[in-house]
Amino acid sequence: MKLNANIPSGPLVEKWTRHKHEVRLVSPANKRKYDIIVVGTGLAGASAAASLAELGYNVKSFCVQDSPRRAHSVAAQGGINAAKNYRNDGDNVYRLFYDTLKGGDFRAREANVYRLAEVSVNVIDQAVAQGVPFAREYSGYLATRSFGGAQVSRTFYARGQTGQQLLLGAYQALSHQISLGTVKMFPRQEMLELIIVNGHAKGIVVRDLISGKISSVMADAVVLASGGYTNVFCLCTSGGASNVTAAWRAHRKGALFANPCFTQIHPTCIPVSGDYQSKLTLMSESLRNDGRVWVPKNAKDKRPPQDIPDGERDYYLERIYPTYGNLVPRDIASRAAKRVCDEGRGVGVTGLGVYLDFRDAIARFGEKVVKERYGNLFEMYREITAEDAYKTPMRIYPAIHYAMGGLWVDYNLMSNLPGLFVVGEANFADHGANRLGASALMQGLSDGYFILPYTIGDYLARNGVKRPSADAAEAKQAEQETAQRLNKLLSIHGKRTPVEFHKQLGKILWENCGMARQEAGLKTAIQQIAALRDEFWQNVIVPGSHQDLNMALERAGRVADFLELGELICLDALTRAESCGCHFRTEFQTPEGECLRNDADYAYVAAWEFGGVGKPSQLHKEPLVYEEAHMAQRSYK
Amino acid sequence: MKVTVRVWRQKNPQSLGGFVEYEVKDVSPATSFLEMLDVLNEQLIKQSKEPVHFDSDCREGICGMCSCMINGEAHGPENKVTTCQTYMRSFKDGDVITVEPFRAKAFPLVKDLVVDRSAFDRIIQAGGFISVTAGSAPEANTVPLSKYHSDLAMDAAACIGCGACVAACKNASANLFVAAKVAHLNLLPQGAPEKDPRVLAMVEAMTKEGFGACSVSGSCEAVCPKGIVTSFISRMNHDFLTAALKLRVHSARV
Repeated sequence: MKLNANIPSGPLVEKWTRHKHEVRLVSPANKRKYDIIVVGTGLAGASAAASLAELGYNVKSFCVQDSPRRAHSVAAQGGINAAKNYRNDGDNVYRLFYDTLKGGDFRAREANVYRLAEVSVNVIDQAVAQGVPFAREYSGYLATRSFGGAQVSRTFYARGQTGQQLLLGAYQALSHQISLGTVKMFPRQEMLELIIVNGHAKGIVVRDLISGKISSVMADAVVLASGGYTNVFCLCTSGGASNVTAAWRAHRKGALFANPCFTQIHPTCIPVSGDYQSKLTLMSESLRNDGRVWVPKNAKDKRPPQDIPDGERDYYLERIYPTYGNLVPRDIASRAAKRVCDEGRGVGVTGLGVYLDFRDAIARFGEKVVKERYGNLFEMYREITAEDAYKTPMRIYPAIHYAMGGLWVDYNLMSNLPGLFVVGEANFADHGANRLGASALMQGLSDGYFILPYTIGDYLARNGVKRPSADAAEAKQAEQETAQRLNKLLSIHGKRTPVEFHKQLGKILWENCGMARQEAGLKTAIQQIAALRDEFWQNVIVPGSHQDLNMALERAGRVADFLELGELICLDALTRAESCGCHFRTEFQTPEGECLRNDADYAYVAAWEFGGVGKPSQLHKEPLVYEEAHMAQRSYK
Repeated sequence: MKVTVRVWRQKNPQSLGGFVEYEVKDVSPATSFLEMLDVLNEQLIKQSKEPVHFDSDCREGICGMCSCMINGEAHGPENKVTTCQTYMRSFKDGDVITVEPFRAKAFPLVKDLVVDRSAFDRIIQAGGFISVTAGSAPEANTVPLSKYHSDLAMDAAACIGCGACVAACKNASANLFVAAKVAHLNLLPQGAPEKDPRVLAMVEAMTKEGFGACSVSGSCEAVCPKGIVTSFISRMNHDFLTAALKLRVHSARV
């Protein structure tokens, strides 16, 4: 298979403008003849569905939650980047482009990243017009703050609830279209299969989670905005319903899965406290604007943090990375935390934690200002840990947070399956091997408001209205396969619950394919996951029926797909014999313990083709050819 | 610690429901309330019994999906938190905890503790938006907005749409939810052009959905996990009255 990224010709800065001029258009009168399915209602899905409907297409929007407003984008805290240069501090589109490319350790597609930086400014305009209450200065103009991996202040925010506010903006735009009848909304419906007719994605099989009814929905194009897959680790910052099923079902039908091993570890999460724990909670990266990260210099120092004098504290990020200090990118901050904990200097009962201290910020600005900036985060920390971070430093530790990998897409955000578009975290294109803070919101909304509406029109114009009926043989077969799978899950009557399998899978992945990876561990993990998957299909227990609301069945189906994805993640990590961004292979590191990239052999996107369960996946490489940027050794010192 | 949970079990809206008691042992005080229910559900699944169905997603108090009346209180005993952010340290060893679904005519029961809150979505669809299409927005800093109004709009916009305000109100009124959205958008210059039709349409939609009138008891504010205050209801009533009067004057002219 030859992968064509369809990157437009011409200089980097002109590519998107040229491309918009060259894409075919669907005339206003013809748009209403086309049906488009959008799966997922997070930032990417809701913005895409609303924007496509505004253009005149008929949109059918699906989500698994009871309301589109609950998609997990809602939980993003810190902010959204945009190259507005409101601070007059030297920001511009090129700098945001370069910071993002460098932050991703030069494993992202250059042309996509440039376009992302370019449209970032429109996203802020759009959000403000929708009524997103971004923080403002006393002058009445928009405020910004700093985030990791940047030396400019370009992050817009709405307290610690930026994701929620941006999602409400998109949800309200979607609601407006629903009221106009241009979007038909289907909440509590889960996509369980992709329908392919004559090689094109033409529909999906969905299960109504309340009635259990399985049906096919057909369209002229399918957009997946189903989010990331980090829940494969079981313990992560994702919501409980976040899953890979929609993307994985498409993968099984031929869509390539790119860079699955690029999973981000977020440095500032509340440490794990027990086996019963269902999720890990993030403390926004914005806290690193004013909080200082440290551990005791002496591993045996067990005094309470406030009793340890400055001379006996190791502010290790400020020491090792004086230029960026506490604002180094996430992968670097996470590994540094792991290193000091591995040295035995970790804090808290488990020893897996470091301090994030606001003592100096409170002394400098007063408690009132700190409260204004981060009040809700301190509140959340208190609820979870019963500790007061105004008086004693927070304890934090890295946790799995975001998937840079995802379904492979070309410049038009279309997968290798014609008619299947993938937007937001579900695709792979923009963040390389590590995503910078506040860039996920930027990408999701850019894809949905300003990129997909142009590129999907080109596909539709070229292919015309070709919507098969829901009685098509391909649809009936997909429905049948779905029902068989559900019946199989219900008929095993084994001894272990879906959650038990999920936890075990997560443990295997975290230990062997988490913050540090090495060849032997990855090989063992692949075997362990295959064995676990076999056991799952013989020993899982799922009570109830599929003709009713059955959350155990929902979980079982998602875990079954995670058990296949987990193996691919390890295979991808094993094949990529270099370290880059979040992918840290212990065999490949600099003397200082930083990532040692290998551009000669691995400057490519690894796009995997499904080969069957338990059978080898086939690797296709998209070489990363940079026309403008130079692949440099990353340095934040 | 060991607790007994008395949970409302009901297979579907047609069948009869009732309380069932379960014992959950070895619960750490650091466990969240929903994690305690997770533990119970694992036990039930292992016995081939259907787990207790409840809504939950983000587990960090922001998505608004979790609900439940815990010992008669929406989102449980603690102030300004959701059920997912309620921890077992708020209970005592040996406690009997009663767990029920949110009860309101406009929130029909689905199963066990799960209710249908789509009425909220329909209220937003009636007018809870600014109808600006992608691409038509002016440069973001063109319209300055005082920090005071911006902060106030943010206070209102913090609503997570969980429905606790409705569940706590003896009239099952949705006034706090609707008022929060009306205030968020009506306070902003961007929301001004649609101010009047917005408040009229949203209030009408709320009434149609079967929510009751304001009980003026303030119970909504008391249980709101995001601290939305009832003064937004006064603001909504003001906007509604103004809009209704304008409409009358306008109709009289026509």
